[in-house]
Amino acid sequence: MTGRWVVRAGSVLAAAGLWQALTATDARLWLRFDRLPTLDEIAGEAVRQLATPVFALDLLQSLIRILTGFGLATVAGIAAGIALGRSARTRDVLLPLLEAVRPIPAIALVPVAILLFPTDEQGIVFITFVAAFFPILVSTRHAVRALPTLWEDAVRTLGGRRLHVLGHVVLPGILPGVFGGLSVGMGVSWICVISAEMISGEFGVGYRTWQAYTLVDYPGVIVGMLTIGLLGWLTSAVVELAGRRVTRWLPRAQDGAS
Amino acid sequence: MTAVVPGVRTAPPAGLGFALEGLSLGYGRDLVVREVDLRIVPGEVLVVVGASGSGKSTLLRALAGLLPPAGGVVRADGAEVTGTSAERAMVFQDDGLLPWRSVLRNIELPLRIRGVGRRERAAAAREWVERVGLSGAEDKLPRELSGGMRQRVQLARALVAAPRAVLMDEPFGALDAQTRAQMQHLLLDVLRDTQATVVFVTHDVDEALLLADRVAVLGGHGVRAVFDVRGTGEHQHAGLRDRIVKEL
Repeated sequence: MTGRWVVRAGSVLAAAGLWQALTATDARLWLRFDRLPTLDEIAGEAVRQLATPVFALDLLQSLIRILTGFGLATVAGIAAGIALGRSARTRDVLLPLLEAVRPIPAIALVPVAILLFPTDEQGIVFITFVAAFFPILVSTRHAVRALPTLWEDAVRTLGGRRLHVLGHVVLPGILPGVFGGLSVGMGVSWICVISAEMISGEFGVGYRTWQAYTLVDYPGVIVGMLTIGLLGWLTSAVVELAGRRVTRWLPRAQDGAS
Repeated sequence: MTAVVPGVRTAPPAGLGFALEGLSLGYGRDLVVREVDLRIVPGEVLVVVGASGSGKSTLLRALAGLLPPAGGVVRADGAEVTGTSAERAMVFQDDGLLPWRSVLRNIELPLRIRGVGRRERAAAAREWVERVGLSGAEDKLPRELSGGMRQRVQLARALVAAPRAVLMDEPFGALDAQTRAQMQHLLLDVLRDTQATVVFVTHDVDEALLLADRVAVLGGHGVRAVFDVRGTGEHQHAGLRDRIVKEL
């Protein structure tokens, strides 16, 4: 077991060492490493930035944007997915519309978002919302349709009405499927919030990273990248953990023996 | 509606009487059951037997209000059945439990739906956990239970809110012989305290003779025969059994 951890750590260290060797020697092979910062330059920049309030503010700004957009998308995506999965009328009204908009990547909506919303802030949240909305909607709709009718029959013969079926069968029953959509949605949300910030933000990790590039502050770019990666990993981990918590009832492989 | 007061045994509600009038059932264009007339007496245990595909389960779903008739009507105490009701609880063959709810919370569900308070419904559910012999398994999830234990939970869940009819769709069909025998005796035991009408679907004639007041044989799109089992002793069962099997 420890042997495998040694291999894993070794792999990361080797990659870091290679980077250091290439950047410290300003290697110009076919790829050009001469303008990219060395590890110590990156570390120095990271330490400097961590001490500034701007770094914390950018981080907070990006997080607020993504949580607002993603949160709204979660509520709207699940609600719309359930409505589409259970009502033929809703399908007739909404499906053509949604299918027409769905192939457009959310980031292509940036110009419209700028025109549509009074502030850039709202525009960025809107883009984030649209990005997460579709994966959540689609996975919810599929989960609703895959739900065994037996559970609904059971609740109805126990006196349950529509709302009981919704609350006691549909919502808990679709969660495993929905969380798949939430994971994907969180990923595309980050892509879109960072891109939108780069285009039209005045704060945020994406804006700061792009600004560092235009100011020829290359260690700053790498620190920005790493920050984005870390935030993405953290938020995905939260979704993953929450998903595991609420779907503990699912049969798992290790229970097979019992 | 009967208030459920745990501890105090209120008189169980009277069983529901059913009348099937010219009832035709089917999915789409194929009718499984054609123009059936049948009365189900309040408080009796009617066992419906028939080969697979004879429409036993379809008939039960119509009684539950899960399947609208293609023709004719189902009446429960004279009123036309147009949808499901808490008065007509159903027990399914398998997997009828909500897998994310523990044993106790599955049993509580019908009370929760009726808006019974948290403490009362927990008390009522615990009482039923004990009656069906599941003490100690209250907090287990359905996937942690054996097939027999899951059917005990379903039985408790169906009966906890004192329905006036219990519709059972081959509830012991997936169990091994020994567990099945235990469940049959548990069912007889539990039904002794209720007035509820029971409609029990099975393809097992011996099970039918053990549980039934009357046995209805389904086949050829309708009810072939109805046999009265009440008051017959073990020695007469053999003869009845032959007559039922002949109809199948």
